[in-house]
Amino acid sequence: MASSGAAPGARDRRQARHHADPDRRRLTRLGLLGLPALAFVAVFLLYPLALLIETSFHSKAGDWSLEQYARIATTPVYGLVLWKTAWVAGLVTLIDFVVGYPFAVALTRARGAWRLVLLAAVLMPFWTNLLVRTYGWIVVLHPNGLLNTLLIRLGLITEPIELVQNTTGVLIGMTQIMLPYMVLPIAAQIEKMDRRLLQAARSLGASATRTFWHVYFPLTLPGVFAGALVTLVLSLGFFVIPALLGGRRDVLIAQLIDFNLTKVLNWEFAAALGTLLLMVTMGLFLAAQRWFRLDSLWTEAS
Amino acid sequence: MRRSSGQAALASFAGLVCLFLVLPSLIVVPMSFNADNLLRFPPQGFSLTWYQTYFGQEDWQSATWNSLEIALSVTALATALGTVAALALIRGRIALRSLYIYLMLTPMIVPPIVSAVSMYGVFAQFKLVGTLPGMVLAHTVLALPFVIINVAAVLQRMDWRVEQAARSLGASALQAFFLVTLPLIRPGLIVAAIFAFITSFDEVVVALYISGSRAVTLPVQMWSGLRFEINPVVAAVSSLLLGLSVASLLAIGLLRRVATGERGTST
Repeated sequence: MASSGAAPGARDRRQARHHADPDRRRLTRLGLLGLPALAFVAVFLLYPLALLIETSFHSKAGDWSLEQYARIATTPVYGLVLWKTAWVAGLVTLIDFVVGYPFAVALTRARGAWRLVLLAAVLMPFWTNLLVRTYGWIVVLHPNGLLNTLLIRLGLITEPIELVQNTTGVLIGMTQIMLPYMVLPIAAQIEKMDRRLLQAARSLGASATRTFWHVYFPLTLPGVFAGALVTLVLSLGFFVIPALLGGRRDVLIAQLIDFNLTKVLNWEFAAALGTLLLMVTMGLFLAAQRWFRLDSLWTEAS
Repeated sequence: MRRSSGQAALASFAGLVCLFLVLPSLIVVPMSFNADNLLRFPPQGFSLTWYQTYFGQEDWQSATWNSLEIALSVTALATALGTVAALALIRGRIALRSLYIYLMLTPMIVPPIVSAVSMYGVFAQFKLVGTLPGMVLAHTVLALPFVIINVAAVLQRMDWRVEQAARSLGASALQAFFLVTLPLIRPGLIVAAIFAFITSFDEVVVALYISGSRAVTLPVQMWSGLRFEINPVVAAVSSLLLGLSVASLLAIGLLRRVATGERGTST
């Protein structure tokens, strides 16, 4: 499109292009079509988030202060909630990696109807209402539920085990809900792998185990990081599962925010907790950007 | 020999994981026909009581209609806004393009409880809490990234020479878009619309804050039915929603097949 042949000065060329290239102007005009959606997100989410952050730096009386953050840092019970949140999220991520990696391998190796079954099983959760799935877990884990009835009939236990209203319930439920977020990026990464590298390793004399650990696994690491990051971040902020499957001692940060806003009506303190969760989430995503392009992985996973 | 036994072990492990993923959802179906109002597995007897209660009770019915009304409005609004944004992103020139992408993806990244709490403050000021428009606006923000991602993906795969051909044969920009581009990306648009619908229809955390007492949605009503004691009507509602999920998964599968078929012929 740009004029070729003649070599005028850089400024002339820029000016010439500015005036003469209708294509470029058209593209800029097309770019303006991105504004309505941006305005929408800005007004209804970015502005509210900015207000939340601002509020978190206010004292109850309304003047600027770090009082809310000092309170989080110095009150042992809040430290305990943060620690438990990190611990539950970390454990869920670890279990999902251990379960999800071999499942992703199986998914990429499966063919025909078996592949469809595995794919449906991993995609169905995305389409199933979270409360339906949570209710399903209550039916499975309840003292009179599927698992306890089964174990008692088999004679393995005599009294129902407490599986719900405690941390066990939260871990089981969250592990299942998050598993697809771990499996899909890993499976996408395996599909992208250049199989000739594996053949090369084998033909150069590496054993199957050695090929797996030195070639196959390292090549899947970007998928593992992506899956682990999404699982960790979603688990850190999870509200529904801990609230419905956990007991009174399983308060995680999301419930603490909810409790402070709706029960205590301490807007400033809830804002500080929310800001903390927001910063940790954003920080993890930005740190992860250094290793891989997250947006491309989202597109593949969805 | 060793290799095949390893593969069998992997396959049976995958089968177990499938059960873990699917069984807890499917179990709601037998529970919905329970004749007893206590949660007990296996369910006792057979009855349609909970379905009757669901269809007969005002609060469940109004929650369902609120959810449908909100989700359909969100689908229209988010698909329109998101498609236009995706078009700008893929075809146009946007200053600070990657910043734009990050900002548009924030609704997907911010933890739901943080979105809910911060929206609540602003929405309350504008008297939008407890109103259907308030819910539509909140859910449209959440649905936008899914629409943009899906539409941007089909736009990127589209062969632009077709549109250029239309332009060079004398079609205006709008004619070319509506008569050539739109039909080509329709399968992707429908997938995006279904994403938007589900995002709104299933969303509970933001809804808990913004729906107030006058715009209660189905997930909020279910939440109340699970929060302190288990309301057996939830089993009937869950089974109906599960049917809806299976139907939309099948629809998406078919549309994806159509979409990839078109890609195969165009490139």
